[in-house]
Amino acid sequence: MLENPLQPLPEKAFDYDAAVHLLNRAGFGGTPAQARGLADMGLHKAVDQLVKYESIAYESVTADLFDSDIMSPPTEEQRVSSQKARQSNDEEALAALQRERQRKQGLDRKQIAELQMWWIKRMIETPRPLEEKMTLFFHGHFTTGYRTIEDSFHMFQQNQLFRKFATGNFAQLAGRIIRDPAMLKYLDNDDNRKSNPNENLARELMELFTLGEGRGYTEADIKAGALALTGYTFQDDTFYFNKNNHDSSTKKILGKSGPFDGDGFLDVILARNECAEFIASKLFRFFINDSPRDFTKEQMAFILAMAKILRSSKYELKPVLDAVFSSAYFYSAANRGAIIKSPIQLTVQAVRSLRIPVRELSSLASATDLMGQNVFFPPNVKGWDGGRSWINTSTLFIRQNVLVYLLTGRKPDMYEWQAIDIPFDATHLLEHLRQPDGSVDMASGIEYLMRFTLGQSPAPLRLQEVMAFAKSRGERLDNNRIIAVLLLTTAMPEYQLC
Amino acid sequence: MSEHNIPYSRRLFIRHGVALASMATTIPHFIQNSALGMVAQLAGNPGGAGLPQDRILVVVQLGGGNDGLNTVIPFGMNEYYNARPTIGIPAPSGTAKGQTGVALMLDQKRGLGLNPSLRGLKSLYDDGKLAVLQGVGYPNPNRSHFTSMDIWQTANMGAKGNGWIGRYFDNTCNGTPIPDGSINIGATAPLALNGHIQKPISFVSPELFRWLGSEAHKSLDDPYQQINRAGILPQTAETSQAAFLMRTALDAQLSSVRIRSAVGKSPLTTWPQSEIAQQLRIVSALIRDGMPTRVYYVSQGGYDTHGGQLGSHGRQLQQVGDALAAFQNEMAAQQSEDRVVTMVFSEFGRRVRQNASGGTDHGTAAPMFVIGSKVKAGVHGDHPSLTDLDQGDLKFKQDFRGVYANILEDWLRAPSAKILGGTFAKTSIIKA
Repeated sequence: MLENPLQPLPEKAFDYDAAVHLLNRAGFGGTPAQARGLADMGLHKAVDQLVKYESIAYESVTADLFDSDIMSPPTEEQRVSSQKARQSNDEEALAALQRERQRKQGLDRKQIAELQMWWIKRMIETPRPLEEKMTLFFHGHFTTGYRTIEDSFHMFQQNQLFRKFATGNFAQLAGRIIRDPAMLKYLDNDDNRKSNPNENLARELMELFTLGEGRGYTEADIKAGALALTGYTFQDDTFYFNKNNHDSSTKKILGKSGPFDGDGFLDVILARNECAEFIASKLFRFFINDSPRDFTKEQMAFILAMAKILRSSKYELKPVLDAVFSSAYFYSAANRGAIIKSPIQLTVQAVRSLRIPVRELSSLASATDLMGQNVFFPPNVKGWDGGRSWINTSTLFIRQNVLVYLLTGRKPDMYEWQAIDIPFDATHLLEHLRQPDGSVDMASGIEYLMRFTLGQSPAPLRLQEVMAFAKSRGERLDNNRIIAVLLLTTAMPEYQLC
Repeated sequence: MSEHNIPYSRRLFIRHGVALASMATTIPHFIQNSALGMVAQLAGNPGGAGLPQDRILVVVQLGGGNDGLNTVIPFGMNEYYNARPTIGIPAPSGTAKGQTGVALMLDQKRGLGLNPSLRGLKSLYDDGKLAVLQGVGYPNPNRSHFTSMDIWQTANMGAKGNGWIGRYFDNTCNGTPIPDGSINIGATAPLALNGHIQKPISFVSPELFRWLGSEAHKSLDDPYQQINRAGILPQTAETSQAAFLMRTALDAQLSSVRIRSAVGKSPLTTWPQSEIAQQLRIVSALIRDGMPTRVYYVSQGGYDTHGGQLGSHGRQLQQVGDALAAFQNEMAAQQSEDRVVTMVFSEFGRRVRQNASGGTDHGTAAPMFVIGSKVKAGVHGDHPSLTDLDQGDLKFKQDFRGVYANILEDWLRAPSAKILGGTFAKTSIIKA
C-alpha cells in the first residue's frame, strides 16, 4: 500500500497516453492534437487547465435561454375563472381549460427535449469539459426527474445551479439545493409543513446526498430533519420560506440540539466524517474506478485521503479534484480502462475525440435514451446506478450501433437504413504519422488508431485481427479504411471502457 | 492461452458445438444459463429449474389511460347512459348508433358487456380464458400520465424506486442477473422491468438486435464476429470490467442468432396486422423457441382519448383484442398455453362523464384483463358505483397491488410482500 495515497505522478511519467486518460476522465476525451497539446504542457499545467477552467472564456449560460413562463402558476384571474367553471359545471369552459393545460404541457415537453439537446451540444463543444462533467455528476447525485416535476424551466435552473457550483463548494451547493424549486417539488418538500411534515427530502438528503444509506443516522434523525425543513417551498421560479409552516422548535439531530432550520440541519450533517467520505467515494466511482466489488484496502485509503482534503478545505471541490488528477494512483494500470462509459460519455467522447460531425442532435439525445441515460429523466431518486448496470446484451448492441451511426451517418429507422449524407473525415486522426509523400504506414497507423480509440494499447489478438482485415482490403490507409478500422475497434467489448 | 479462456473461445464453439462448451465446468453461470437453454432445446428435454417449462408472464401496457367504462360496458346502469349521452355504448339488446354497434354480452345478470370492437377478447371469454377484474386502482389516484404510470410500474405510491418486475428478479436471482430474464419489445425498456440487479433486454425488432456495421460493408462481418465471439482475452483478469464486457459480448452474439432465427420461423397460426400483434407475435416465437425468459413486456399507445373517441378508441381496442386472441391461439397451437399468463393494464381509466368534445378526461379506476388457460375466467369483483364518485371519478374496488401479489405468489411463486413492500388484499384469479 502507498505511504501517501495521493502521491503525485512524477512529471516525466505524464506522457501522451496519460494525457488521453486525463482528457477522458476529467472530461469527454479530445482529439489526438488536443491530447498532444496537454501532454506537452506537463502534468501540473494540464491539470490546472482542466480544473481551473474559469480562465478559459466560454459563452455563459443566461436565464433567458429558455422560456420561464410555460408552466407558470395561474394568475389570480385565471384561478377564479377556473374555479367558477368547476362550480357551475360549465362544460365548454372546462373543456377549454383542459385544452389549455394540454397545450402548455405539450410546449413544456418540447422545451425539455430542447434542453436535452442543448446540454449534449454544450458537452460536445465546451472548452471547459470538467465543468459539464461535474454538472453531470451532480445531476446523478442530487437527482431530480422531469417526469415527476413536469417543469422544464425548473430543470434548467437546477442544471445551471450544478454548473455554477461544478467545482465550487459542495456545502454551499447543498445549501442551495434545499432551496431549489425542482428539488423541493421532486421530493415533496413543498408539502412539508409544521402541521403535517413530509420526510421525503430529509430522508434522501441523508441517505443519498450526504451521509450514505445507514451511515450513522436514525429514523428519529430523519423525523427531526424533516421538521427543520418545514416551510421550505417555492413560488413560481424562486425559493420561498413560509414562516407560518416552519417548525422553529428545538430539535435533536445526530446528537446535537438546537432550533435547527434547513441550514442548521445541513451544518450538523456536513460536520460528520461520514459525509466527506461518502462524497469522496462517489467521486471515486465517477472518476477513478467503478468496479462492482467492495472497495479494496488501497482504494479505501485513497478515498479516506480524498475525504480528508474535502474536510480540510471545508468542502471546496477544486483541491480534491486537483489532488486526484495529479496523483500517481489515478494513472496507475489498475485504474486505466476501469470505468464503463456512461451513455453520455460514450456518445460525447466519440464525437469529441474522433471529431465526428454532429448530424442531428435529436438522434444523439435519443441514442443516449436507448442506452439507458436520458438526461433530465433519471430512472429514480438514486440516479443512474452506473458501472455494469449500463451493460446487457441489448444495450451492448445499441452502443455498438450508435457508433456505426456516428461513423457512417447511417442509422436504422425501424426496418430501413437512413443515410444522412454528411461525411466524416477521419484522416486528421493520422495527421502526425503522415510521411512526406502523404501516405501513412499501415501497421503504425492501425496500431495508433486502435490505441487512441481504446484509450490503451490493443491486445495482440485484436491488433492481428484488424491488421489482417485491413491488409486484405488493400494497401492504402485512406478515409474509408480508417473508418472501417474504427468500426471494428468501436465494436470491441473493451471500447466500452474509459 | 490459459485454460480458463478456452470455454469462451469461438474455436470451442465451432469445433465442439454449444453442447460441449456448455458442460465445461469453468463457464461462469452468466453465460451458462443461456447455453444450457439451447442444449435443452436441442435435446428436446426442457427439465430443471430456470428452464423452459417454467411459467411466463406477458404484460400488455395500454398507454394513455384506457377508458374502462367504454371497454367493459356497465349497460345495466342507467347512470352510465346519463353520463355519456353521445358516447355510451348501447346494451347488447339495444339499437346500434351509427357504425359502432352494441355491446357484446359478458354477463347478463350483472349487466356487463364488452366494447363491440373487442370480439377477440369476447372469444377468449367464451373459451373460459379471460378474467375481467373490475374497478382496479389505488388510493389517492394521480391523474398525470407520467406519475400514474410510474406508480403502476413501481407499485410505489410515491412513484419512486425500481420496477416491480425488476424487484421480482432481484429477489429471486441470487445476486446475479438472469440472462434473457425479461424482454421488452420496444425501443426503451419500461421502468417496471428495471431492477437493481436485473436489467431488461429491449429491442424494437430482432433485426436490430445485432451489429449493423456489416451493412456498411459486408467484409466487416467476419472480423466483427471473431472479435465479439473471442470471449475473455489472455491476460484479462476474470473479475475485471473488461472480462465482464467480453463475456457479455459473446452472450449477445449467441442471443442475437437465437432470437433472430426464432422470430424468422413462420408462426403456427394466422395473425392480424397491427403493431401490437407484431410485438406479440415476436413474443410467441421466443416462447416457442424455449427462451429462458420469464417476463415479456409489450405496449400499445393511443388511449388518451380526450375528443371524438368513439371511432379511435374502438380501433385501438380491436387491434389489442384481436392480437391477444391470436396470441392465445398460437400458445394453444404450441402447447404452451398452460405456462403463459397475460396481464393487461393501463395507468388510469377516464372520467365518468364525457366531456364537451365527445371524449373523456383523465380518471381513476378501470378494469384489468388477465388471460390464460390457468386463469379463473369470469368477472371478478363488483363494478364501482357510478353515483358515489370522488371528484367525478370512480372509487377503486381493488388495489392493483393485490393483483400483482396474486400473480407473484400464485403464478411466479415469489414472495410478494418483500417485492411489493407490504401485503395487499389479493385477488384470486390463478387456478390452483
